[in-house]
Amino acid sequence: MGGVAVTTQAKLDAPRLRADFPIFEQQIHGKPLAYLDSAVSTHKPRQVLDKLRTFYETSYANVHRGVYTLSERATAEYEGAREKLARFINAPAAREVVFVRGATEGLNLVAYAWGLVNLGPGDLVVVTELEHHSNFVPWQYIAKRTGAELRMIPLDDSGELDLGELDAIPREGNVKVVANNLVSNALGTINPIEKLSAWAHAQGAIMVVDGAQAAPHRAIDVQALGCDFFAFSAHKMCGPTSVGALWGRRELLQSMEPFNLGGHMIRKVTFEETTWGEVPAKFEAGTQPIAEAVGFGAAVDYLNDVGIDAIEQHEHELAAYSLGKMAEIPGITLYGPPADRRAGIVSFNLDEIHPHDVAQILDMEGVAIRAGHHCCQPLMAKLGVAATNRASFYLYTIPEEIDRLVEGLHKVRKVLG
Amino acid sequence: MSEFDQMYREVILDHYKNPRGHGLLENADAQADGQNPLCGDEVSIFVAFGEDGDTIDEVKFSGRGCAISQAATSMLMELVKGRSATEVATLPRDELLDEIGIPLTPVRLKCALLGLSTLKLALHKAKGTPLPDEWAGMADELDLK
Repeated sequence: MGGVAVTTQAKLDAPRLRADFPIFEQQIHGKPLAYLDSAVSTHKPRQVLDKLRTFYETSYANVHRGVYTLSERATAEYEGAREKLARFINAPAAREVVFVRGATEGLNLVAYAWGLVNLGPGDLVVVTELEHHSNFVPWQYIAKRTGAELRMIPLDDSGELDLGELDAIPREGNVKVVANNLVSNALGTINPIEKLSAWAHAQGAIMVVDGAQAAPHRAIDVQALGCDFFAFSAHKMCGPTSVGALWGRRELLQSMEPFNLGGHMIRKVTFEETTWGEVPAKFEAGTQPIAEAVGFGAAVDYLNDVGIDAIEQHEHELAAYSLGKMAEIPGITLYGPPADRRAGIVSFNLDEIHPHDVAQILDMEGVAIRAGHHCCQPLMAKLGVAATNRASFYLYTIPEEIDRLVEGLHKVRKVLG
Repeated sequence: MSEFDQMYREVILDHYKNPRGHGLLENADAQADGQNPLCGDEVSIFVAFGEDGDTIDEVKFSGRGCAISQAATSMLMELVKGRSATEVATLPRDELLDEIGIPLTPVRLKCALLGLSTLKLALHKAKGTPLPDEWAGMADELDLK
């Protein structure tokens, strides 16, 4: 051993990792749980759960408040988590990472704090037909409030963005914001953020990236992406609910108005007026989800230990495996791009059978998938359906779970076909 | 009977595969659209009254939905045809649920009751009968034209 300067990333061992997740120790309807809904939220490994418990039992206090030992300890853990997150997305500085309630709140923060001040009549906000409601509804709302207009980048038939008509958009107004997800939660499409960032900046616009579905699944480098904001959620990457992070370019964060107002975010308060604190404190009013933020840090540690490149590789393999198997089912419609251009997400419909019925029958087999519009109603309208079924994978997903999904789908056809 | 056999029992599958009263009604006296925001399902209900202006002479529904919502709405059509609108406007939901006869989780209850809520909304719009609980207090926000 020794003497090897560079080692290749080991392939991840999903059956072994599965043992880290207590949720799999139970049965559903008398069958082992096949959890194929990680795109909506992932399960939590013991390492994260233990960290939450230990933190509460040994180090908990409010942060940035007391001078006593416990408060100092809690603050160090909380700020330590911020540093882990900054490294995880290759942010230039930890202070550019703001703790928020989740990607949704991060995107609302940008839409309100930046959009309300900087948008007006004649301005355009460019979003895509592929957005989750969280990166669509805030922009639609803020555009209406400010008199700006919304423009849509369309999808092509394979579920990928069609950038062909992009340069026609600036003829209709001043492009001020381009908003897109790096990975689509509904179809798994991986979007060309680098290209869109360059285009946005050429128009003098900011680039806002919803990274909720991307951060769990592939290495993130916000500097290489070239974006101005990047929002993501802990609960989709083995961390606790109710915490997420928004990275923003320092000069933008500094020039922006605050979003939530209250304790901790101030420099000085008088009866007449208030001045704001430094970034990120300016955006962290009130008591934060402290333990959850610490748990988010532990989740990032866990993902780093597993290896984010190995996770990406594992998901691509599962996507290819499932697309191959599912294509053989009569009456199935598969949505989205080929396996090598998507994350571990497979959206589909089976004959004319309603997704609720598909998911209900699968549940009785112990197989959990999502059925619905995936918070992407404009996309569903584009696909011409009310809803789809969606199976999604993560580091603990094993091919046997996909086999059980396929078996279950045959049963669905037998009952309702 | 297994949970599975209960939920997809024969009568449910029969109504699902051969829905009664499925279609549109030209010149309906009462009409309303309902949505289930959970799944994006939509249902439209059409009612024609008899000469007394109160008896439900014809009732039809259109729209797509899951087996539970389709079967429940189909059963509803049979349940209310020939009855008075005044009576149907306050029809206890248990009367429909008994007809469906399967255990429903809170999520699936919404699927099962979408048709009934929409029918009551249609009657409210046409005759001013009371709104169902789900719509109560929302009259201003609903498009009641």
